Amino acid sequence: MVLGLSSKKDKIDGLAESAGVSLAASAWKRLRRSPVFLTGAVIIGLFFVLSLLSPWLAPQDPSVPMLIDQVVKARNEIPPPQPGHPLGGDLQGRDFFSRLLVGSQQTLVVGVGATLIGLTGGLVLGTLAGALGGWVDSIVMRIVDVMLSLPSLLLAFSIAAMFARPSQFTVILAVAIVQIPVFARLLRGSMLAQRHSDHVLAATALGVKKGAIVFRHMLPNSLSPVIVQSTLVLATAIIEAAALSFLGLGNPDDRLPEWGQMLGDVQNVFDTHPHLAAWPAICIIIVALGFTLMGETLREALDPKNRR
Amino acid sequence: MALLEVRDLTVVFQRKGEEPFRAVDGVSFDVEPGQTVGLVGESGCGKSVTSLAIMGLLPKRGTKITGTVSYDGTDLLKLSDREMRDRRGRDLGMVFQDPLSSLNPVVPIGLQVTEVLERHRGMARKEAMIEAKELLDKVGIPDPNRRLKEYPHQLSGGMRQRALIAIALACRPKLLIADEPTTALDVTIQAQILSLMKELVQDLGTALVMITHDLGVVAGLCDEVNVLYGGKVVEKAMRHELFAEPRHPYTHGLLASIPRLDAATHSKLTPIKGSVADNIPWSQGCAFAPRCPNALDVCVRVTPPEEDQLGRLLRCHNPVVPGTPAAEEVRA
Repeated sequence: MVLGLSSKKDKIDGLAESAGVSLAASAWKRLRRSPVFLTGAVIIGLFFVLSLLSPWLAPQDPSVPMLIDQVVKARNEIPPPQPGHPLGGDLQGRDFFSRLLVGSQQTLVVGVGATLIGLTGGLVLGTLAGALGGWVDSIVMRIVDVMLSLPSLLLAFSIAAMFARPSQFTVILAVAIVQIPVFARLLRGSMLAQRHSDHVLAATALGVKKGAIVFRHMLPNSLSPVIVQSTLVLATAIIEAAALSFLGLGNPDDRLPEWGQMLGDVQNVFDTHPHLAAWPAICIIIVALGFTLMGETLREALDPKNRR
Repeated sequence: MALLEVRDLTVVFQRKGEEPFRAVDGVSFDVEPGQTVGLVGESGCGKSVTSLAIMGLLPKRGTKITGTVSYDGTDLLKLSDREMRDRRGRDLGMVFQDPLSSLNPVVPIGLQVTEVLERHRGMARKEAMIEAKELLDKVGIPDPNRRLKEYPHQLSGGMRQRALIAIALACRPKLLIADEPTTALDVTIQAQILSLMKELVQDLGTALVMITHDLGVVAGLCDEVNVLYGGKVVEKAMRHELFAEPRHPYTHGLLASIPRLDAATHSKLTPIKGSVADNIPWSQGCAFAPRCPNALDVCVRVTPPEEDQLGRLLRCHNPVVPGTPAAEEVRA
């Protein structure tokens, strides 16, 4: 009897503690139990840890050509795996395994940098278009349409080619600009839907100021597709940066390795030494897959229709 | 002078390449402080558009509003956007139909109450939180401290509507417009919400415009009732008179189509035939004529004028005469 009472009390306390479950909290509750999300999260978690710790984890200095005596350019000879160098050397005789490890860092910088810049630009344009409507909306959306009508890689390629001296930053910028219209259109669409929603009408009926309506009522309710999109864009950004490097528009300074750049550097020896291309390609695919898995499950979790 | 005087309010929606549509056609009514006035009618009769026009919430483009809506002597229709924004929520409150979609899903209830307090009463967040707690307490939400931190989806339908009423009354507006506040709720909760509104309106002396299609709500709450059809008021009377002796065939039909507890078993309900789609334009005759059991030849040719008949307004060529069998059917 006493036991029954106390367990009932526990239950009530438990209910009281559940007070204030935000959208994020309830999404997290569902994500925690999704094996797909966990797989993605583990991949991305490892990727982050690895890229942070890579300078200490790498057995050799990735920028020092320590196996240069084994490289014979004329005969396409590249240092094979040997003690201390598990994957051998690259074209310049640098330790390939260390370069692969440290490459994660620059790849992360490119992916996150490009996504953040693209997201910021998209948020600004999308908010402007969605909140103000009218001619602002028309102008912004026409620009966005023009940008979207070009194939994204071609656009990134053209932007990257506009800079006289390609660098890490120009790669990031080129990839970021391509993502801006994607974010802008997505946000504008969900903002427009919010504009005609009941709670925005209700807020207007309370005399809430326009700024507060946009930033407190419309924007937070429009963000979930954008959040999902940014995890997907992280994957595309890494791939597009790799493509730019492959096409020779990447960072020419190869002391700090980046996977896409590593991929681009070895295109001449691809038939004789496929492992030099395969390793960075596999790394890119795994990381892109990780972000995509997370993004897809996040989209499902943030869908208000699945919410209880 | 009444608190709210609506005169000849007409709302015309005009889209490019389409016939202009008169959603509200010369509606006039008064609301005194502390009085509850009902606007009744079926879907599409213009009752919601009337309320949105009073609040200035209709889209500017493609909408033409004429007439006057004077609140405490100022014509709300002539105010600038900014002036109107200052008044909404402070002088005029509104409660909407669907309490779930009318609350911001990503903001806790507490912040939604304090938002309006901060906006119109210039309170600081902390002070506003204390006031918000009192407000939730007043509208009968148990454990307000906890509820303030919760999100709309965690509250029950009735509690959400209570929260919305708390928000609408936070700044003690002199006029409250309730647009079908009980439609999305189940019957027991409807009764609770209605008695709560009745109580609050009496306590605060708020004037209430009650928009509904539910005659039960009207019977329980309203002092004066305006029956709308096709954008025009077809009958206006005090509650008791309207229910005792509906004169307009439309009002009569509405009352006859309500199931009654004391009706003989197996007796059938009498529906109003047809739908709003059958209406003829008011400019040609009586919009209700094609569905009206009392219709005469004159009804489809001449627009019935608004007539004052013993303290009630009536717009009909051939009203139901009290004491006839048709009228007795409702009274019985």
